[in-house]
Amino acid sequence: MGEVGLNAYLTVGAVLFVCGVVCMATKRNGIGVLMGVELVLNGANVNFVAFSRFTSLGLDGQTIALFVIVLAAAEAAVALAIALNFYNNHLTIDVDRGNELQG
Amino acid sequence: MIEQLLFYTFAILTCGGAVAVVATQNVVRMAFWLVVSLGSVAALFFLLHADFLGAAQLLIYVGGTVVLLVFGVMLTASGPYTTIKTSPAEGIIGAAVGIMLLLVLLSSIGGVDWVSVSGRLPSTPQSPFTADSVREAHAEESLVNSGSTKAKTDLAAVQQQGRTVRQLGLSFLGLRPDRNLKEGGANGLAPAYFLPFEIVSVHLLVVLIGAAYLARAKRRAVSEDRVSLD
Amino acid sequence: MHGLFAALTLEDFIARTISSLTKIPADSDTLLLIAFLAAAFTHAGLLLGLFGGLPVFYIWLERKVAGRIQDRLGPTRVGGSFGWLQTIADGIKLIQKEDLVPKDADALVFRMAPYLATIASFAAFMVLPISDGWIAVTAECGAFLILALMSLEVLGIILAGYSSGSKWALFGAMREAAQMVSYEIPMAICALIPLMIAGSLNFQVIGRMQSGGFWNWFILHDPFTFLAFFCYFTVATASVKRAPFDLAEAESELVAGFHTEYSGFRWSIFFLAEYSSMFAVSAVAAILFLGGWHDGLGIDSVIDSLFRGTGTGIIEGFSLGSYVANVFGAVVLITKACLLVFVQIWVRWTLPRLRIDQVMTTCLKYLVPISCFLFLAAVLWPLTLVTMFSRPVIAGPALGERALSQQKGSSIDASERLGAAR
Repeated sequence: MGEVGLNAYLTVGAVLFVCGVVCMATKRNGIGVLMGVELVLNGANVNFVAFSRFTSLGLDGQTIALFVIVLAAAEAAVALAIALNFYNNHLTIDVDRGNELQG
Repeated sequence: MIEQLLFYTFAILTCGGAVAVVATQNVVRMAFWLVVSLGSVAALFFLLHADFLGAAQLLIYVGGTVVLLVFGVMLTASGPYTTIKTSPAEGIIGAAVGIMLLLVLLSSIGGVDWVSVSGRLPSTPQSPFTADSVREAHAEESLVNSGSTKAKTDLAAVQQQGRTVRQLGLSFLGLRPDRNLKEGGANGLAPAYFLPFEIVSVHLLVVLIGAAYLARAKRRAVSEDRVSLD
Repeated sequence: MHGLFAALTLEDFIARTISSLTKIPADSDTLLLIAFLAAAFTHAGLLLGLFGGLPVFYIWLERKVAGRIQDRLGPTRVGGSFGWLQTIADGIKLIQKEDLVPKDADALVFRMAPYLATIASFAAFMVLPISDGWIAVTAECGAFLILALMSLEVLGIILAGYSSGSKWALFGAMREAAQMVSYEIPMAICALIPLMIAGSLNFQVIGRMQSGGFWNWFILHDPFTFLAFFCYFTVATASVKRAPFDLAEAESELVAGFHTEYSGFRWSIFFLAEYSSMFAVSAVAAILFLGGWHDGLGIDSVIDSLFRGTGTGIIEGFSLGSYVANVFGAVVLITKACLLVFVQIWVRWTLPRLRIDQVMTTCLKYLVPISCFLFLAAVLWPLTLVTMFSRPVIAGPALGERALSQQKGSSIDASERLGAAR
């Protein structure tokens, strides 16, 4: 247990990122895929804020993390609307069923 | 000591929650573990002295996005506790690829000397976090705690105490209290965020309208009738 | 972590006291760690006492007020003729009950959901100032943080409803989620109005700006903040799911809504969370609009001048005067919040419940536009005054001047105190 430094936070970010990528790749539920996206973005955010604290990135890291949070919320809203539309057309949220272009 | 304890607690909660999100098949449990994971990320932000960001994470992610996702789960569930199973083979392949990706990332994190790399960033004369100040971070912290009024470390002190609300607000208005704008624009770009802020505001408005339009109640038959009447 | 005493944090206080008793140097690491832990646990304990104690009082008050409004007596037996101890007796009974988990429930989420709701509600107390300087965590963005923390309670409720495996609970949770998420928008906009006037998100700063007479309170700052207070209070009542907006637990249609399947301890901590949230939103209303811990009649300044300088010699940095003034401030703030909670209870037992579509219409078609209009008008008000009278207020010193003079005063005050202490 050394002093908590940049590497510790980057490790947490990496774990979040990998979990998110695996989640996106393996989940067949559309909402589950969305959760994977959120995990990936959070992994990136942890890295941004850690760099803002420990390197000369300063305030920029926090600002960019804030933009990421805002855009992630927007993305979730639109993706959820698409998921609801998908459900209306297919009566399921299984992304494997979305294999035809005409609804 | 306390900071280490808190960091390890929340880091374990974050990573454990994320792994549980991947491992669970039930969507509502996934949402629960996502709440644990994202809430702990907010706690990590507080530990990194980003108080506004932590609050924003709680408000937007945990209180907004996850609620939206749970709402989505409820509206798209065809039966109680929907589980759409991933086949075991896919799960094993995914886990293997994930572990390999994690090992690659961890080795690259460990292989880079971040202090010397961050010294190569274009740092401005008034920037509080030069490569030197990273090395002296602990010295500065102790100076700040003992009430030093060293002018150079003032802004750094403010950031280290986590009072970033005003600075973030000013940077969205196009001002940078922690940078010298005259000498900072080495690449010809102002390092403030007025334009991105405006773009994001308009973007949010567009998303609001777009999401409402996409998710509207379908009355296709009725609207076609109206068209034919017109 | 800011202090229990005005010019001194509890942590420093403990460190100094121990070092003066045991002759250990005050800056040794172990001593600082012990002091930090002791201060942290004291703060947490005090907050937990507030968090647990106030609902006990409110539940008793609710039953008593409901009884009186319905021409009954309410609880009369336990603990004297007023039934003071009724809630405690109920609590003991509830803890003894069996902890049921329905067969259809998702056991893990079902068990965890009440804790999620309670943690969210308790965490809001962390950044809530009880008096000048009496705050567990001095956050620069305290107001933003408290709105964020209070918005988390809905998650516990949705998960509880969804994991119960019951139609009633699911419908209750769906209504609840829709209602709380929608009402957060006008609540944030209404809270933004005094925050914009104060120019700060820090509750300490906002509270100190309203010192002096009650005409300095933000509710009387301009006509739009006056309306904004009532708008905020309506929205806050809805966001803590109190009647007439308690559609989530409308017993005539939904049995009991999201907590239909809960029993015993888990059921009771849902109520703990609900009543604590009532206090939290009321205290926020009191701080943002009603002058916080200032009584508005000048009693606090009298107390301050009576006790000024007394007791400064006992322990270094400790002043009895500021301590007594702070105790009085805490009493004032809690009284204000309790009055607002009383109004919420009164409204609950007087008005009939709305329908769910009426609740959503009220929010989206009326309260959101009203709050947006009030926000815009509160922004334009000082500009209009400046154009017409070339000063931003009609009478008295402008807020900025007042804050400045007060800041000077308080800094002189603090240096005086420290000087007296040394």
